[in-house]
Amino acid sequence: MITLMSFLVGGLYAAAIYMIMRRSIVKLVIGLVLLSNAANLLIFTSAGMTREAPPLIPVGAMAPEGVVADPLAQALILTAIVIGFGVLAFAVVLIHRAYEIVQADDMDQMKDTDT
Amino acid sequence: MQSPTLLALPIVIPLLAGALSLIYWRSRKAQRIIGVLGSTGLLIASGFLLEKIWREGTLVMHMGNWHAPFGIVLVGDMLAAFMVVMTGVSAVTTAFYALGSVSKQHEHFGFYPLMHLLLAGVNGAFLTGDVFNLYVWFEVMLVASFALLILGGERAQMEGAIKYVTLNLVSSAMFLSAIGLLYGLMGTLNMADIAMKIGELEDTAMITVVSMLFLMAFGIKAAAFPLFFWLPASYHTPRVAVSALFAGLLTKVGVYALFRFFTLIFPFEGTLSQSLMVWIAGLTMVTGVLGAAAQFEFRRILSFHIVSQIGYMLMGLALFTPLALAGGIYFIAHNIVAKSGLFLISGLVFRFKGSYELKELGGVYRQYPMLALLFLICAFSLAGLPPLSGFFAKFMVIRAGVEEYAWWLVATALAVGFMTLYSMVKIWAEVFWKEQEVCHIKPPRKFRGGTRVMYATVVMLAGLTIFMGLAMEPLFRMSMMAAEQLLDRNGYIEAVLGVTP
Repeated sequence: MITLMSFLVGGLYAAAIYMIMRRSIVKLVIGLVLLSNAANLLIFTSAGMTREAPPLIPVGAMAPEGVVADPLAQALILTAIVIGFGVLAFAVVLIHRAYEIVQADDMDQMKDTDT
Repeated sequence: MQSPTLLALPIVIPLLAGALSLIYWRSRKAQRIIGVLGSTGLLIASGFLLEKIWREGTLVMHMGNWHAPFGIVLVGDMLAAFMVVMTGVSAVTTAFYALGSVSKQHEHFGFYPLMHLLLAGVNGAFLTGDVFNLYVWFEVMLVASFALLILGGERAQMEGAIKYVTLNLVSSAMFLSAIGLLYGLMGTLNMADIAMKIGELEDTAMITVVSMLFLMAFGIKAAAFPLFFWLPASYHTPRVAVSALFAGLLTKVGVYALFRFFTLIFPFEGTLSQSLMVWIAGLTMVTGVLGAAAQFEFRRILSFHIVSQIGYMLMGLALFTPLALAGGIYFIAHNIVAKSGLFLISGLVFRFKGSYELKELGGVYRQYPMLALLFLICAFSLAGLPPLSGFFAKFMVIRAGVEEYAWWLVATALAVGFMTLYSMVKIWAEVFWKEQEVCHIKPPRKFRGGTRVMYATVVMLAGLTIFMGLAMEPLFRMSMMAAEQLLDRNGYIEAVLGVTP
């Protein structure tokens, strides 16, 4: 499982970087989507791929019994997904407006503000 | 007032002000009043916080009374308090300047709520003691800055914003990946807890990988050497009030994060990353100032100078002695004041003359001698002439370099200082001194009032940079204290976790 996940995460990063390097701004946004998902999956795997009980504490006990899955990593990606989704929504609207104003889908035609 | 409450105020006040100005979305007047009151309140609260930390040392607030390392903490040490006060200064100047300069249309699009949200994000990033929380505050700040950047929706803003948004999202993804790997290694995200446990870890190669990822992520945000190209492409596009706020605050958050991480979590002492940082600092200074020398647009020159000044701050971090760190911290404060002042002056020049191009401008000194004087003060401060704040900031960093025998870095810093003076003189000669040749440029429209309040903020910033030079002694002690706290990792861990490592 962990091997599969590492290939998946690595593949996502590679695809994301490739897409970001393209000239089209639509592909740029697709690249950003892939990148944020790659990072989220990386956090998910960081806690270890244990298939164990949920971390519930029985009535009267002070700590969970036996081996439990780490809930914190999942809490972290929950936050990261929400933030990433919001920011991407913004990016999609931004490229739409940029396309309307610049009338081009090409990064090479957006060099007016560069040095 | 209880100390932990005071620690939360710099975050709560802008959030509250932002929420209130959302409620009064339709009332321009109410939003302006809230803007001024909120930012003034922020400055006052941060002043009290600084005074309290000065007297009592590091303050810690456990959110919801869940104790670290399980709960989330806010930590206020001297560096954080210093930065929060500078945020307050920036907030006040922006809020007052906006009274005169931000048009009705921009206010209608939500300038004020976004400004408050940005301030809340910045202060949260300064005060948090938890790595993941730092990421969240970064994002709060970024989303607000994205929206502020495209306020108005001109073509240049769109083009600048695409680069700005892309690079910042890439940097956030790296930051997030680094957090994931760090959590996998350590099993905790509390900065003090990580700092305590990271020495015991055997897998030093993996620590280096994680620290490099953090270096990249914060390097992009701070606009350090190979990663700064988004900044001159985007910072000059929005309204001047927004540019000044960005120039003052946003890159400094990246620098702050570098200062925090590479003293507390991955201490530099004799590692590979220290020599890397020396190179980054030197090259950041040089490329920034050379880029500025090639430009002929007022705000672009200033944007490139942000990059070169970041190099001085990183030089303070790279040398890693108490004096160098103190110099870096003092430099951050000085730069926020001087750079915001210069951006605001460029806005006033635009209001009078209707252009930012040096070729088209001229004769401002004859018409507006007061503005020329203010420009001279801020520009000389940026170039580092005594007795202004920039001189002492550079002096501290360079002195630390001499003590460490880092001759190349010292030589670079001195040369870059001269180059800075050169481009400031260029602006002076072109904008203020020479006669205006082309007269077809008209001011955008007859300005209706508001100029006086814009002047007042610039006067305040210029006065502040003089004051920071004259009142060097207490500020020096303050930044030395901040630097010593940064180097005293055990003190930080003890303050947060309550255990002696």
